[in-house]
This record gives sequence, C-alpha cells and structure tokens, in this order.
Amino acid sequence: MSARDVRGPGAPWPEGFRLVGKAQRKIDGLSKAIGAALYTDDLVLANMLHAKILRSPHAHAKIRAIDTRAAQALPGVHAVITGECMPVKYGVIPWTPDENALALDKVRFIGDEVAAVAAVDEDTANAALKLIRVDYEPLRAFLDPEEALRTPEPQIHEQTPEQKLKEHKGNVSKHVRLEFGDVDAALAGADVVVADDYEFHGTTHTPIEPHCALAQFAPDGVLTVWSSTQITHYVQKALAQVLELPEARVRVIQPCLGGAFGGKSDPFALEFVVAKLAMLTGRPVKCLWTREEVFYAHRGRHPMKLAYRTGARRDGKLTAVDAKILIDGGSYSSFGLVTTYYSGQLLTGPYHFPAYRFDSTRVFTNKPPCGPKRGHGSVQPRFAFEVQLDQLAEKLALDPLELRRINFQGENVKTVNGQRVTSNGFLQCLDEVERASQWKARRGKLPRGRGLGVAGSMYITGTNYPVYPNPMPQAGVQLKLDRSGLVTVFTGGNDIGQGSNSIARTIVAEELGLDPADVRVVAADTDLCPVDLGAYSSRVTFMVGNALIDACRKLRVQLVAALAEHWEVDEARIGLGNGRAFERGAARTLTMREAFQLTEARFDTLGATGAYNTPKLGGDYRGGTIGASPAYSFTAHVVEVEVDEETGRITVANCWIAHDCGRALNPMLVAGQMEGSAYMGLAEALMEDHKVNRFGLHAGPSLLDYRIPTAVDTPELHALIVESLDPEGPYGAKEAGEGPLHPSIPAISNAVFDALGIRLRALPFTPAKVLRALREQATAGRGGSSVRPARVASEAEPSC
Amino acid sequence: MRVLSLHVNGDRVELAAPDHWTLLEVLRYRLGLTGSKQGCDKGDCGACTVLVEGQPVLGCLTLAASCGEKPITTIEGLMPAHLAAGGTGPDPVQAAFDRCGALQCGFCQPGMILSARALLNRNAQPTRPEIRAALSGNLCRCTGYTQIVQAIELAIAESLGVEPCAPAWAPGTNPWKLAAPAEPGA
Repeated sequence: MSARDVRGPGAPWPEGFRLVGKAQRKIDGLSKAIGAALYTDDLVLANMLHAKILRSPHAHAKIRAIDTRAAQALPGVHAVITGECMPVKYGVIPWTPDENALALDKVRFIGDEVAAVAAVDEDTANAALKLIRVDYEPLRAFLDPEEALRTPEPQIHEQTPEQKLKEHKGNVSKHVRLEFGDVDAALAGADVVVADDYEFHGTTHTPIEPHCALAQFAPDGVLTVWSSTQITHYVQKALAQVLELPEARVRVIQPCLGGAFGGKSDPFALEFVVAKLAMLTGRPVKCLWTREEVFYAHRGRHPMKLAYRTGARRDGKLTAVDAKILIDGGSYSSFGLVTTYYSGQLLTGPYHFPAYRFDSTRVFTNKPPCGPKRGHGSVQPRFAFEVQLDQLAEKLALDPLELRRINFQGENVKTVNGQRVTSNGFLQCLDEVERASQWKARRGKLPRGRGLGVAGSMYITGTNYPVYPNPMPQAGVQLKLDRSGLVTVFTGGNDIGQGSNSIARTIVAEELGLDPADVRVVAADTDLCPVDLGAYSSRVTFMVGNALIDACRKLRVQLVAALAEHWEVDEARIGLGNGRAFERGAARTLTMREAFQLTEARFDTLGATGAYNTPKLGGDYRGGTIGASPAYSFTAHVVEVEVDEETGRITVANCWIAHDCGRALNPMLVAGQMEGSAYMGLAEALMEDHKVNRFGLHAGPSLLDYRIPTAVDTPELHALIVESLDPEGPYGAKEAGEGPLHPSIPAISNAVFDALGIRLRALPFTPAKVLRALREQATAGRGGSSVRPARVASEAEPSC
Repeated sequence: MRVLSLHVNGDRVELAAPDHWTLLEVLRYRLGLTGSKQGCDKGDCGACTVLVEGQPVLGCLTLAASCGEKPITTIEGLMPAHLAAGGTGPDPVQAAFDRCGALQCGFCQPGMILSARALLNRNAQPTRPEIRAALSGNLCRCTGYTQIVQAIELAIAESLGVEPCAPAWAPGTNPWKLAAPAEPGA
C-alpha cells in the first residue's frame, strides 16, 4: 500500500498505455457545456431560507454591544445570530485558531463578519441587516506591516502568555529564521554580490463563482452542508468543532465548483452561518456571497517586501543566498504559518547554492486576511530571486538563460535545506523555451522597446504532512465494481475545475482495461467518500492517483485469477484493455461485464480501497518538514514584451511555458493548467492590485475595478510539456496547476530590461513605474550595465 | 410583483416575479434554468450572458419585464435546438469546448459559449482577433482563453472541412480527433 510500495512510472499492462498520454475529454465537460452541471447556488431545497451577513465598517474596533431586536422583529426574519452564538475559535491550521465565525468582541478589517440573518428571501435579509445596531469603539488601525511591526500596541490579536514567550510579540503573526551553511563567509568570499530590494503587491484569486453554502439540519441530528469549498474534509472538521457536533454527524458535500485557486481552502464564515441558522430555524438555509464579499473574504497572495543578496563566482556559479522578507498577513492567520516557511523553504531549486539563509516575518494588519493563492508563499520570493539572477547575469556579462543552466541542481539531489529532489526536467524546460522563442537569435537583438526575458522555478507536488498531524493516509479511495460492467470511484478529492475526477476516470480505465465511459466518479462527499485532504498544494493527481492505482491492482489480482481459472490458462496470459478481457496470443475475449460477473461469482461482491501516504521526508530541524514534497515540478518561461515608451504600457506578445509535470496523464488538461497558470501570473504582474485605501476600505471590490484580463488582454500562450517521469508519481506524473505561474512575473521584468535597460523590482508593473524608471534612466544617461537601475520599489502608487 | 409572459428556448412561459427582478433572476430562480450563472451581478463578468433575439446580452443587467415577446436563448436551449434542426448531440460549439478542454471550472462557459455561438451566427469565419474581441465581455479565470479560442477555431475548421491549427503542446497533430464527441446513447 501507498508510497511504501512504489510502482514506478510504467504502464499497468505489457501492451503499454492505452489512454494515458492522450488527450481525453473531461468527465464533466459536456454537462458543463450544456448548462446541466449543478453548482452550489443552483441547488434549491424546499422551504429554504436565505442568509445575509453584516460586516464591519471599521478596520479595527472593539464591539461594545450589538442590538438585534429590531431585525428580529422584521416580518420574514426567522433568526438573527451574532458571535456569541458560536464562540469557539477555529483556523485551518490547528496551531493558529484565531478566527470566529462571527466577530466576538472585536473586528479586525473592513468587511469582518459581525452578525447574520436568515429570512424568507435575500431582500428581507438585507433589510434586517440595516436594523442591527452595533456599538463600536474604534481602535488605531494598522494598514502598513512596517508600522504594525514597530507598534506593538494595540495588538490586532491578543496573545496568550505562552505565545508572548515564544517571540510572537506585538503584531507578529509568525517569524522564521533558518540558516544552512555559513552565508556570511560565503558572501564575503564571493567574486560578485548582488543586493537589492523587491516588492510584491497583493492579489486575489477571483474565481468567477462567488462563495456559496447551503445547510440542512435533519431532526436526527445530522447536519449537511453543501459548499463551494476545495477542502471538504477540513470544513467537516471545522464545522464539528465550532458547532460542537460529533464529526460523524456532519456531512459536507462539494457540488460542482466554479474556480478556487486557493481562495476556497479555508473554512469561511458563511459555512458556519448557514449551519447555525439551519439548526436554529429547522429550515434549510442558503448564503450566496456577493462579488464584493468575495473580495473581503480574500485569502489571496500576501504582499511582501523582500531584500535579497546573492553571491557568485566569476564563472556564474552561485555561492550563497541571503533573504529578509516582511510579509503582510492581513487580519487573520489562515495558512500564514505555512506561508512564512514557504517564503524561504521553496527557493532551493532548480538551482544549487551551498549556503542559504532566510529571515521571514509575517505581520498582522487590519486588512482582508491573506492566505494561499496558486503558488502559495513562493511566487513572491521567486519573483525577487529570478530578477536578481538576471541582475547577476548582467553584472557577469553572462546570458541569463545560460546562468540558469550552469547552476542547475541536477536530479536525485538533496537541497541545501534538506529537501529530497528526485526527477528534475528543468534543463529540458530551458532548452524548450530557448528553442521555441528563438532566444539566441533574438534576445538582446530586438529593436528598443521589445525584449525577451527568462525565469525558472520549482514547486511542490503535495505537502508531506497534513495540516493536522496523524498517521492515517493522506488520500483514500474506494472502488465498486458492478455486474453491469460499471466501476464507481468514491474519492474525497475535490475537483475544482482542474479535472481531478477526469484523471481518476483515466487511471481506473487504464488499470482495469475499461472504456472510460464505464467509469463514474463520486467525489467530495464526506458521507460517501474516503478521506482525501483536499485540493491544495497541487496534491490531488499525485496522491489520489497513487491511491487509485493501489485499489485497482487489488481488484486486478481477483479479475486475473478468475479469468485464468475460467479459461484454464496461466495468469500471465490474461490481459485487460479497451473494454475487454482477453487471452494473450489467443482469440478468446470477454466483455468487462462478463469478466466482472465471473469474478463476482468467484470472489463475492467486488470492491477495494486504496490509499496513499508520503514517505518520511524533510530536513531534520524545526520546520524542516514544511516544503518537503514527494516530488517537485519545474518550469521555465520566456516572455516577449513590447513597451510603449510614450505611455509606459507593457504588452506581452508571447509567453512560452515549458513545464516538467512528470508524465502528462492527459496532455490537454496539463496544457490547460499551464496556460491558466501563466495567464494568472501575467495578470498579477500587469493588471491586478488588491489594495485598501487609507481608511482600510477595499479600493475597488468589483470585477471592473479589480482588473483581470479579458481574451483581448491575454497574449498567445505556448504550452510546451516536458516529461521527466517521476519515480513515485502515478505513472510518473507530478503537478501542473501551480508551478507554471511562478516564472511569468519575473520573466516580464527581465524582458523589460532586455527591451529598455530598466529594472522593475516593484509590482505591479504599472505605466507610472515604467515612465519613472525611464526618466531616471534618462537622467543617469542612456546605457546598459553601468547605469544604476531605477529604484522603483519605494514608489507609492496613488491610492483611491 | 408582475405577471410576465416570456419566450424562452422556444417555449412561451408565464410567471410572476417582483418588478425589479432581472432576467437572470427569473431564469435561475423562477424557471430553474440555472445554466446561466451569476458571477458579479453588475455586468462585469459575462457569466450570465444569454441571447435575446440572437444577440448576447447580460442577464443580470436586463430587467425581465423589458424582454416582452423577444425570443430568449439560454445555454439549455442550444442542444435541443441543434437536435430539432436535425443535428446529433450538443451544438458543435458546445462539443468543441468539451473536446478542447476549454471547460475547466465551467462557470463562465455558458455565457462564453453563447457569445461564441452569436459570433459564429453572424460571421462563420472570424479571425483570431475577431474571436478574442467577441469574447472580451466574458471573463474566464481558469484557461487563459487559449483552449477556448482553440475550441472555436476547431468548430470553424470542422464546419469548413479543414484541419485546425495544432496546439503548441501537440505540434503537427490534431489531438482533438481522439476526443470526438460521444453520440447520445452510444
């Protein structure tokens, strides 16, 4: 079972792969295309009430009193709740439970949830919210992490005496300092050292489906919650904890999900609110957030201020990296403990450097809480570091692509921070983007205003440990074989649009020789499906895929034994494929329906479970397991830009994305993940900015003001798949959904340098910043490497 | 509250709804046509796009009462119309989206597919910039639009009987042949 029994990347049958490696239609593609797929807000239960949530107008305030009497008296209102109804604190990371479903005594950002109403319709619920009187005592609000760090009082979160003893002082959410090797000595001995500051702004996920939850509480004490979540299992646990119910009485179901990207991987207020209101009223309750509320819910990319120093020998070999990072966490912890580690731990590939130090501090501020967004915690440092590598190449007069090549860490290596890297196709990724972009012929040779930039990255394929420590499998599945020839897969894995249910179908059909149409998938229902931890950290294909292979091979033993007995031949002669059982080298075949019936007659009702758990991995130090992954993916991008020197506007003309995903189980879905990732990175770099004004009010919580690219804004994206065949992934597969975002952002900055000789080190790359850098360049005199790149990191963009 | 008589997907339907209800609210919450999605409720995302007299309109910015007798097509109406016209399976645009992997989370796609259908109805051979322009009112957050554009180009290529442009990840091939649409009942 599990990773303790690694099977290797080979095909399950000697005939080779029949389905894996070819474009397969998605299991739910047509139901989505014809409008039949049901998302959470599409569900309607008889007698259903609608809930709305009252939010704080203050960035930081004490709640003195809440008067809900007038709201409760409004006709059509069935229940009003406040924080006192659910006082138990929770948090997705069990060590940092600092959230309440509704604020208990304090609000910490504009938009923090304070009270909720269940009414016959949304209009009545909204009218009732206006009748709730909250007596606030405003407190000083911190909107700048440096100010929050400097000023320990007032604390945004009161800390226990124990927490205060452990360096968590004032408004610090988490501090991590780790050093590997002697960084100071290595930097002192380096031939060149590049030091600079970088700044990453906030961005948010913006799934097109707003969060929605629906709850029903049955008289027998079973609570059912349908929710647009990517972590069914953790939501079940959080609901049980906060509502003080046994976990076995809480059922969580994820209907079809309209995008997540990490933005639906915390338990959210609306899930607790609908559950509590359903319990109080005895009626089903639904809550659909408005688009504005989705912006307040946030949990998006952490803004970071990053200082890097990189040392190298004259030949370009890296000798040391030193990072100091300030992380703006917003108002709650969310995944922040992990973010703080990831900001340092995930930098140690695809390049080798013998000495490394990072010092990361996450600070609370009175803004919407940050959390995990696609490429959690590592997109920001990757931006800074990959721009710094370009600066190093400039200083050493090396081709920036070549600099990356000569520092390649290799396959089957241990990183400086103790992580095990097995398969590694980064060199092929560099080769692919170099070839496809005609790098050698065009880089540095295009007319002024046009340029090419390169960047690389590494990302995890699942984390080695669940968010709550336990010895049970990280992924479990169950298969049921029916006499009709149908196989039903039960998996806790969350299909959030990435296609994990489709991959499950492909793997089961490949293993058992079925027509894919004869495999159905029941997913993300905690009553029906074995536990999988959820769709985060790019873990589902790798872990659920391995669990599926585990289950299928148990069933294969029975199928092969029954068929061999039936035909009176050696088991080695039995094959399954293309919907038939057959005897190799003979004409005898049976349909899978017949094969299943024969096997059921021989062994009784057919079914099997399968599981996956990671091997023991990680560095032998505190935090050494955070960032440990059973496999790492690798990516290289080349981006081609055009910069208008009159307006400062950057246009991306082309983006070549080469990504090592191990084996591409379904290359069409892999390409979709690569293109979607690159698009999201380009959008963060050029258009998006999740910020608040000087009062802490969101600057533009709408899809008009928070600009995400349309089909016209998005460049041609060229997905180039590199397959390194991982020794432990299912058939050799690794992740594809997050890694390919990382290089987009630094590759643009590096391309702008190629185009104009200016360095953009502060995101987003607005026309104002480009023009300012051009002015500084003009002042310093035109030229390349002798010119100090324009410092733009400290430039404040006007707020609204 | 007012009584409305609407012409939806070829059927005349009568219903009562509050005066201020949008076409999107009536479709979703009175008629159960939940294929039309609400992504922003203020006309920014395009997930609620439906066809009124063949033209794409935003369901969330259109008062239901303003539709009168005009024929309305929602995503649920495309396949039945295609079958009624003698076709098999879903509308070729819907099938192409499925075959090209253009449906990731799928939430924006009903609106996206209707915008594409309206484009092809008025221009059977649009260029790639024309395709991108026609989709620019429909935000997609998953795909980067590449596979959506490929799907529309596949539908066009097959209607013309020519080979579609190969994707970067499968140069020199037509990988979508392998994912031909399933016949109903097959």
